[in-house]
Amino acid sequence: MFDTALTLSDLMFLIKGAGMTLAVTFFAVTGGTLLGLLFGVVRAHVSVWVALPLIFVLDVFRSVPLLIQLVLANAFQAIAGLNMPPFATSCIVLALYTSAYCTEIVRGAIDAVPTVTRRAARSLGLSWGQDMTYVVFPMALRVALPSWIGLTLGVMKDSALVLWLGLIELLRSGQILVTRLQEPMFILMVVGAIYFLMSFPIARLGGQLEKRWREND
Amino acid sequence: MFNYTFQWRQAFQKLPLLLDGALVTLQIALLSMAMGIAFAVILAVARNAQSRWVSAPATAWVEVSRNTPALFQIYMAHFGLGSFGIHLSPYVALLAGITFNNAGYLAETFRGALRAIPGTQLRAARSLGMPSIQAFRLIIMPQMFRIAFLPTTNQMVWAILMTSLGVTVGMNTDLAGVTQDINVRSFRTFEIFAIAAVIYYLIAKAVTLGARLLAARLFRY
Repeated sequence: MFDTALTLSDLMFLIKGAGMTLAVTFFAVTGGTLLGLLFGVVRAHVSVWVALPLIFVLDVFRSVPLLIQLVLANAFQAIAGLNMPPFATSCIVLALYTSAYCTEIVRGAIDAVPTVTRRAARSLGLSWGQDMTYVVFPMALRVALPSWIGLTLGVMKDSALVLWLGLIELLRSGQILVTRLQEPMFILMVVGAIYFLMSFPIARLGGQLEKRWREND
Repeated sequence: MFNYTFQWRQAFQKLPLLLDGALVTLQIALLSMAMGIAFAVILAVARNAQSRWVSAPATAWVEVSRNTPALFQIYMAHFGLGSFGIHLSPYVALLAGITFNNAGYLAETFRGALRAIPGTQLRAARSLGMPSIQAFRLIIMPQMFRIAFLPTTNQMVWAILMTSLGVTVGMNTDLAGVTQDINVRSFRTFEIFAIAAVIYYLIAKAVTLGARLLAARLFRY
């Protein structure tokens, strides 16, 4: 039972797939966080009625399956004649998807800063920008970081869906090996172990940060 | 603007098929939630158990389901079990994968809810003469479900979105599967998937709204 046809170069193939997963995650999370910061600041400072279009669009990204979003975006870029490679399409869709969740995290974190603290900062003569950078940002960061880590890991796991557009990421490279070696259980276990190793330590770190920061509050 | 003619009429003619698929999607989501909640209650209690033999498997289940992609879990049920000669149909594999995932996430939710219930509640129930099973069922569980209600409805929406992954293992009766089926026959990818996206959105909103109304009715006092 313990002998396998999986060779070292097959393992390298899987690691390469993991690299693709990480690359997609990196671009998606970077883009999504920047957009989420922007949208979140807007959401925290503008009344609900003004932000309604933004709220609706971001809600759509959270209420439609990611797989459907990927297929739609890929079809749309073909229709529009953009000729984008699947990698770019995947990163853009995942970045928008990330931004929808990140916006809520940022808004919640900004709302968690007491209004009196911000008023005190303003009455000391700090400008809005200074108030945001020196008072709101450090306080909001503590609230937002644990959820942001959770979001990043969620996007890393959801990035497996880009295999539908033909990208060879970790799960897809595992599937290719399964087709060749016919040992589904063993190879999928290796794939799962790689996902677990990429996700679990960071998830633990996030949990610990959350616990430690709550104690100091 | 685009060098492409949208054929919406052709896509709309398939609406009855898509709605049938939506029913299957709802069915899978509801079944996976019902089983997921049942497993999650057991897992949440087992994780707090004194014995390592009980808590370790529960912890393993929760950590694996939370730290690997849902798609991986469905692959495991569909392709992985084939190594042991167990060949699940796409429907069963999808249901098993989502149930496994739901149970893991809900177990964490329930564990948090259990921690929020004061320990005195259980002790008071026990001192009134209730056996521990009865105390858990009548005193602890209702409070747990109440605290965990909102996260559970979120998980329900997640379950609906996750059913779309079935198409990757050859599922062709749920909304995503039907959509893909029509797509490969008509090549009207954008139109048909856009309609599917709208249906998914409406289902998700209906579930959220239904849960809010239910919460208002259940938690009046």
